[in-house]
Amino acid sequence: MKFYRGDLNCQVAKTHHKKPVILYWGCLLLIVISFTNSFGQTEEVFHTDSILTVHLQEVILIKSRMPEDYQKQAKPLAFIDDYLEKSHKVCMVKRGAYAWEPMVNSMTSERLSITIDGMRIFPACTDKMDPITSYVDVSNLQHAKITSGQEGAEIGSAIGGGIDLQLDKSGFENKGWQTSFESGFEANNMQRILGSEINYSDKMSYVDADIIYRKADNYAAGGGEEVAFSQFEKYNLSANGGIKINKNESVSASFIYDEARNVGYPALPMDVSLARGIIGSAEYQNQRLLGLDDFTSKIYFNTITHIMDDSQRPDVPIRMDMPGWSDTYGFINKANLKTDKHSLLLKWDGFYNRSLAEMTMYPNNSNEPPMFMLTWPDVHTLNTGIYLEDELQLNDGQLKLSGRLAFQDNRVADEFGLNSLRIFYPNMEASQTRLLKSISVRYRKSLGNFEVSTGLSFGDRAPSVSEGFGFYLFNSFDNHDYIGNPEMQNEQSYEANGKLSWKKGKANFTLSGNYFHMPNYIIGEVAQDLSTMTIGAAGVKIYTNLDHATQYNATLESNFEIASHLSCDAALSYHRGFDHEGRNLPFISPLAYSASLQYAQKSFTAAFQLSGAGDQVNFNPEFGEDKTAAYTVFSLNMGKNFTFGNRNLIYAKVGVENIFDTWYSTFTDWANIPRMGRNVYATLTYNIN
Amino acid sequence: MKTIKFYTLTILIAVLFTACSESNDDPIVIDENPLAAFNLLSSFEANNHTVEVYSKQNQYTIGYNELFFRIKDNGTDSYISDASLTMTPMMHMEMMSHSCPKSTISNTKEASVYKGFSIFQMPGNATEYWELGLEYSFGGQTYNLAERIEVKAPADGKKRVNVFTGADENRYVLAMMPMKPEVAVNDFSAMLFKMENMMTFPVAEGYTIEIDPRMPGMGNHSSPNNQNLTFDASNNMYKGKLSLTMTGYWKINLKVKDASGALLKGEDVTEENEASSLYFEMEF
Repeated sequence: MKFYRGDLNCQVAKTHHKKPVILYWGCLLLIVISFTNSFGQTEEVFHTDSILTVHLQEVILIKSRMPEDYQKQAKPLAFIDDYLEKSHKVCMVKRGAYAWEPMVNSMTSERLSITIDGMRIFPACTDKMDPITSYVDVSNLQHAKITSGQEGAEIGSAIGGGIDLQLDKSGFENKGWQTSFESGFEANNMQRILGSEINYSDKMSYVDADIIYRKADNYAAGGGEEVAFSQFEKYNLSANGGIKINKNESVSASFIYDEARNVGYPALPMDVSLARGIIGSAEYQNQRLLGLDDFTSKIYFNTITHIMDDSQRPDVPIRMDMPGWSDTYGFINKANLKTDKHSLLLKWDGFYNRSLAEMTMYPNNSNEPPMFMLTWPDVHTLNTGIYLEDELQLNDGQLKLSGRLAFQDNRVADEFGLNSLRIFYPNMEASQTRLLKSISVRYRKSLGNFEVSTGLSFGDRAPSVSEGFGFYLFNSFDNHDYIGNPEMQNEQSYEANGKLSWKKGKANFTLSGNYFHMPNYIIGEVAQDLSTMTIGAAGVKIYTNLDHATQYNATLESNFEIASHLSCDAALSYHRGFDHEGRNLPFISPLAYSASLQYAQKSFTAAFQLSGAGDQVNFNPEFGEDKTAAYTVFSLNMGKNFTFGNRNLIYAKVGVENIFDTWYSTFTDWANIPRMGRNVYATLTYNIN
Repeated sequence: MKTIKFYTLTILIAVLFTACSESNDDPIVIDENPLAAFNLLSSFEANNHTVEVYSKQNQYTIGYNELFFRIKDNGTDSYISDASLTMTPMMHMEMMSHSCPKSTISNTKEASVYKGFSIFQMPGNATEYWELGLEYSFGGQTYNLAERIEVKAPADGKKRVNVFTGADENRYVLAMMPMKPEVAVNDFSAMLFKMENMMTFPVAEGYTIEIDPRMPGMGNHSSPNNQNLTFDASNNMYKGKLSLTMTGYWKINLKVKDASGALLKGEDVTEENEASSLYFEMEF
């Protein structure tokens, strides 16, 4: 057994898998499809900065309403996490097979603003087991918009960037009824996926409803090792609809119910018995209001319940319950204003969040009473801000100016929790306010075959609930208990970024990079004199503002159309991050690369992909990291459309991931848990128009 | 017109205020037992009096006991005010007898209620028992009584008093003051007495009581920002701060040092030594 980090981490057991049979069927399917047709295009990441002028963002298409779109998906019923990971800006921290945590520019969720349709949602788990991307599914989403650095400020104060997941809506289009059934199967962890959706739309109204269900057993790492506690089960329901009042005005509403049960986290000492998200919104739109375009006013709420559970673990030092709750209420008002040279976006938004989490531990001596603490002391966060953006058409290029100014108040509403924190901070006030700022300028210009864009920005962020108010939150990676620090300054970021593209004929090269200088960088530092709470923990860390930290990254991407149906692309990226003393920051990507060859015809697609990384040379041992070894994995997929009846379609897709069943772990794998070994998958979608 | 309004208002306010103060002047008649909220532990019949002993606790407990007394004249069926009392608890053991640390008995706001405390070091049993001796005088006369009382271990079995022989060969009694522990920085106090002889337990002054709270059920987890107990001459108590990071069972490990800083009793808690020989316990 290659990895075994005691009972706190993953537990691996060798089992004999039913894989040969599945492999056989998978291969057979592949052969059948490749014989019926000949190779294709699976570009999923669209770099739209050329469409959206001076924006530097990526849009990842998730929902495929058109057959061509469907064909572009390597794995149509994959998790949203897989889709996000296609972006070179995004990496996913993995604690198991479910609920990966997105990072943008090698920065995790507290440095990002992540929204669903612009709505702020905050996870309810103190251990980051439920990033908000886990409360939606691909069935709900149209696309994901990934912004870098202060461009993320459009949806909320951020340092590293933003991810906005756009809900899929039919819109006021005359499409009539559309029904589809989806099914998928993944052989490695026996994941069964069933989904269905029904949509109706005409010029005056639309209704969309969908449901998706997934259930998976433990996955096997390369070489066949079963990764215990990596199972999951989840279902997601969503509905949305809209009515047009007149030519310009419309109202719409959306609702999502997401529930996951029995989710294993092999990298963590606990699993999850329930993670439930209820997300709702109502919106009014007016295409022309008082001279403004596309005026949108939206109110929303969401409530997250997250119950951690260790009852399945065979031996734990102490049994515990760790439930958490997060409720958010918010609003968004935005409008555009366009003149000859200016294109303005005006936005006023706000939210109110309550985050509460508790821990009850049951002593091994049953005569002793249970031990209780509030790990998130019912923190009420009120945030409201304005965002302004202007795109100017200059004679020789475009200039984008944007800024956000937000007011944030954090209040510890629970007396018990406040008294708990006052053990560490005797003079702590129940409430604190902060002003959050963001300003950026970006310039883009075309020079023959070249296109240059460059930007400078400044922004800051408030500490997250865990960073500011967490109470003995155990981090199983560095094996430390973390204490929040309400006395911290805002973390700041001075950012410079640039992008240089060269395009000629069918070849395209892009070099882009970001540089972040971050004064008051927030990180946990060891407090030598503090006693650990978690049994077996190595120490206690307190969140602190470092003098500063530095992060930079560079990405080289290229694509080339070899023939009319054949194209290839490749990317190489390098990230680096260190603090004022030169210590490496955790979760910084080593040299990483990917390449793919795609063939796309009208009804047939195929793609061969490889991805990998070099040795993680710059790791942070204080965070539990070690030199994760280099790896390369290969995957292959093929898809085919069958048309029958009037306009009815069947899409079939099969693929193999990690073809050579390589045992590997990456810098984003929590406590070095291994990734999935060879995985044969197949999806079948039946679409009735 | 305005002046008239002003005067009317002033008069109105004045009337209102006098009305309020008048009603407050009414004597508050309470014929209820002022100790109704407490538990009656003993009711001794002697000298044609009934002497009642009350406490917040429902028993005489080893450790600190705050006791309230009332003396009823059985003849007039009324409670006697402004008497002076002294108490002498005695432990009658098979081979010897001894007393325990105790306070003088003082008057309270209620003229017929008196209070003091007693710190019992040990519980009684069938052959060894505590006897509460009371001497009280009023109207120029002095009366005595001595009755057997049941001193028991606390219901939760938690240790709140330590009797130990210090490195200076003196015997000491160290008692924790009652408190309601919370997940917070708690005010924490204790009393320390030196046993001069079987009957005399003067307050030990100027010592230091070092505290190290631990949770044995959580791998001996400790808490930060505790303050050792130092002597407060105003009430003869040792006072400090006790941080408790969660509910549950806590062992407060203790070390007692004399005024010169010399260790009298107690050990450091280390990896090898899980607890001090001197400790208090609490559970919440």
